Amino acid sequence: MSFLTALVSGLSLGSIYAIIALGYTMVYGIAKMLNFAHGDFIMVGCYIIFTVASTWGSSPVLGVIAAIVLCTLLGVATERVAYRPLRHAASPLAVLITAIGVSYLLENLALLIFGADAKAFTSVIPWNGISLFGGQLHIQGVTIVTIAVSVVVLVALQLFIHRTRSGQAMLAASQDQGAATLMGIDVNRTISLTFAIGSGLAAVAGALLCSAYPSLSPYTGAMPGIKAFVAAVLGGIGSIPGAMIGGLVLGIIEILAKTYISSQLSDAIVFGILIVVLLFKPTGLLGKVVQEKV
Amino acid sequence: MGALLEVKNLNVYYGVIHALKDVSFHVNKGEVVALIGANGAGKTTTLHTLSGLLRPQSGSILYQDKEIARMPGHKIVSMGMAQVPEGRRVFADLTVEQNLRLGAFTRKDKNEIDETLSMVYERFPRLKERQKQVSGTLSGGEQQMLAMGRALMSHPDIILMDEPSMGLSPIMVGEIFNIIEKVHADGTTVLLVEQNAKKALKVADRAYVLETGRITMEGKASDLLHDEAIQKAYLGE
Repeated sequence: MSFLTALVSGLSLGSIYAIIALGYTMVYGIAKMLNFAHGDFIMVGCYIIFTVASTWGSSPVLGVIAAIVLCTLLGVATERVAYRPLRHAASPLAVLITAIGVSYLLENLALLIFGADAKAFTSVIPWNGISLFGGQLHIQGVTIVTIAVSVVVLVALQLFIHRTRSGQAMLAASQDQGAATLMGIDVNRTISLTFAIGSGLAAVAGALLCSAYPSLSPYTGAMPGIKAFVAAVLGGIGSIPGAMIGGLVLGIIEILAKTYISSQLSDAIVFGILIVVLLFKPTGLLGKVVQEKV
Repeated sequence: MGALLEVKNLNVYYGVIHALKDVSFHVNKGEVVALIGANGAGKTTTLHTLSGLLRPQSGSILYQDKEIARMPGHKIVSMGMAQVPEGRRVFADLTVEQNLRLGAFTRKDKNEIDETLSMVYERFPRLKERQKQVSGTLSGGEQQMLAMGRALMSHPDIILMDEPSMGLSPIMVGEIFNIIEKVHADGTTVLLVEQNAKKALKVADRAYVLETGRITMEGKASDLLHDEAIQKAYLGE
């Protein structure tokens, strides 16, 4: 039964990684950049929920909605102010380094406003969960909600991309921005929309993450962000189903490693996977081989 | 009303390279105009600037009497100017039909789009046979047809074609030029960039010769076809 328990919490953690990885992978697929500040949007979302729900005493649902709206706006603004001016910079490193800068900026702003000590985060999901097999297996409410939300997010994203005009614009822009422009697609707007969706999802992931692991500090988002990046690479960066599978696989491996090998080593194992993937299948599980044009 | 497209003293730079130098030309409604020249003469740069993918340093581009030189590319498409880009640039992961429908991105009326789609399939039966196929698996000629069909999906007044015959077999080249003639016969104005100068001059009404970023000659295509200098430089005769 302990294996089942580990598997379920792995699925839950993996679902959170998957939601974060979706943001990473969509931004990479369409804007062709790694937004290393993506993880910190999770932290920003958590502080917004914390402020609304704990400090002001409003409902947690209102907190989650505020977090999604504000993170979406923050994502769009960050792209507009920090990344877009560098999109055609001589070196692709310029925007990458800027993303790292944005990451430090957000972390230190949080440090300035909320201080370094960890805050106790009140779960936004008050449900206790269910017991199975006569109480031998207890699944927490937050676990069930997390897995359900990730499934809904994946289905909604797939429908959005394949059924809507904006989704088709994203598909086209992800393959060839110049050709997309020639179709009459506003590539700048499409990239803004991608950042909006990715950042909104980061807020959702934040609400779930801090409900499951209720300690909030300015660095809360950094590690899950990096792990979600590993998940996106594992699944094949740029691929939406890849991010989902990568996230789930990584979450399960991490929890199984914690349970059966060593909780100290689990992170080493997770990053070991990144190295192995990069060595043997750099395109990831569902990634495509990118052909260099001559 | 002047020409459909009027380019005046266009100057475009790539970094420090002065790619287009005071380029001026015009295209009248209903014409096929060819732009010929060697590799690196600035033909693709010209088309990219017209479509808003590049910003000119100076000069003007009047399209239907409106200044479009500094307009974002996606807006130019909805004004009725489509481009078949060099190297086709079809969306390789998408199906033939998805590609074609993206060509109609600026249009709203579903029925009209479906009508244009069946017209395009009529013009390119090969594309209809392969409508569900992923376009990256098409042959070069089929991809060229797809790129042309995709441009037609926006229902353009003028279509800019960049090296449509490049890399194709002689039979396919003939077919592509037949299609250009049919598109023209349907009333679409064509600005054709070609390295195959002979074929281009045969379908064109007028032509311009571009050399290292400058227009060096212009005239009726039939005259240029028999011009000695042109024959020597571009027709290999």
